[in-house]
Amino acid sequence: MKPDPLHTSLADATCDAYREAVTRLPPDVLRVIRKAAAAETNPVARGEFENILKNIEIAEQHGIPMCQDTGVPVIYLTLPPDLPLTQSLYDAIAAGVRRATTEIPLRPNVVDPLSRHNSGDNTGMGMPAIHVRPGKKFAVTVLPKGAGAENMSRIAMLLPSQKDQIAKFVVETVYLAGSRPCPPLIIGVGIGGTFDGAAALAKEALLEPVDPMMGYEQEILDAVNKLGIGAMGLGGDTTALAVKVKKAGCHTASLPVAVNIQCWANRHATVEVKR
Amino acid sequence: MTVPVRLTTPLGDEVLRLRAGDRVELSGMVYTARDEAHLRMMEQGIPFDPTGAVIYHCGPVIGDGNVIAAGPTTSARMNEMEGFLIDKGVRGLIGKGGMGATVREQLKGKGVYFAFTGGCAALASSHMTLKGVFYEDLGMAEAVWAIELDRLPLVVGIDSKGNDIFDAARRQADGAFGKYR
Repeated sequence: MKPDPLHTSLADATCDAYREAVTRLPPDVLRVIRKAAAAETNPVARGEFENILKNIEIAEQHGIPMCQDTGVPVIYLTLPPDLPLTQSLYDAIAAGVRRATTEIPLRPNVVDPLSRHNSGDNTGMGMPAIHVRPGKKFAVTVLPKGAGAENMSRIAMLLPSQKDQIAKFVVETVYLAGSRPCPPLIIGVGIGGTFDGAAALAKEALLEPVDPMMGYEQEILDAVNKLGIGAMGLGGDTTALAVKVKKAGCHTASLPVAVNIQCWANRHATVEVKR
Repeated sequence: MTVPVRLTTPLGDEVLRLRAGDRVELSGMVYTARDEAHLRMMEQGIPFDPTGAVIYHCGPVIGDGNVIAAGPTTSARMNEMEGFLIDKGVRGLIGKGGMGATVREQLKGKGVYFAFTGGCAALASSHMTLKGVFYEDLGMAEAVWAIELDRLPLVVGIDSKGNDIFDAARRQADGAFGKYR
């Protein structure tokens, strides 16, 4: 049987986007890291920023992953109006992830949640996690998510009267995380929607350009940076580089708030699929 | 910024002069060990000479006999498993995020904890040569890899006098977050 050309091109695009994501940071993320590095006053933290910037340079030059935790595959698929959503698209993305795992290479991170058996190829049991959205172009976005930062994420079902508690919940999340998520962080905040929807919004917020920020986002960022946890928890001016907020309508009796924590390596890349 | 201190393993009493916050460029052999390797060494003994040795908390990506990517893992997971290594002569631990009060006490008068920047796996591998492996049956991430360093840039996180910059940052965060309560 001849392979479906669409299957091949989507698998290729997924593998290409994965490679781009794990070896090169998006320009906006690089900009905020450089800005924070230049502004940092703590000498130990300055050394950490120096290492981070050198690491980014070496990863890009040699085409190797910038972090050994190459994450689990979170995929956003953009479908144009004339393309139906079929199982074969899901299969093609999984094929691309498997190829990326051996070719780049990626660390095989996906396991059964209870037996802890590793599938060896970063797929299986609902992985990759694929989110589909309509758009003009046929494109695939890969957001590899490492565990150190993901494990520090939290969700709260606040009361509608607790709007002023949102910033505190974000600051508390970063405070409880301490050094563990590899600060300086990028913080995705989802406000509204449903229990699951808020978490999805928080993750999507990580795809938004990290500069500039809205006034509300800047206020939360300033509060977070007063903690003084600093780069890698060694103390310093910059605990977080950016806060990005995404909102959705919610029940009149609810105020869901989700905080998705991301390390300085806010890796994501989008590749248009050839047709 | 201060000039980094250059040290080579195996380490001796020179580590006792290091202070928390000092920058160090470390050369010589180090041994990776995560949770599983610590458990195995506790049961079966240490497969390398622990005198002056340095342990690196790391699960590297190894390919074709080379270190591809080798950033640090979270050291705190090994908080209760370092005592026997330090007793046998280990003088240095490398990892990210710092360690608990138990290890801080165990290091007193004996050794130090070095912090290496989390996520900097490509930078790390550019300072490394793979020399050997123990416990390969534990899998790539959990095996003990013998790696020769060439001036890996580190910072002293916990010194042999009990000074701990992670703890200092933690206490500052406690104070800052206390204002919300």
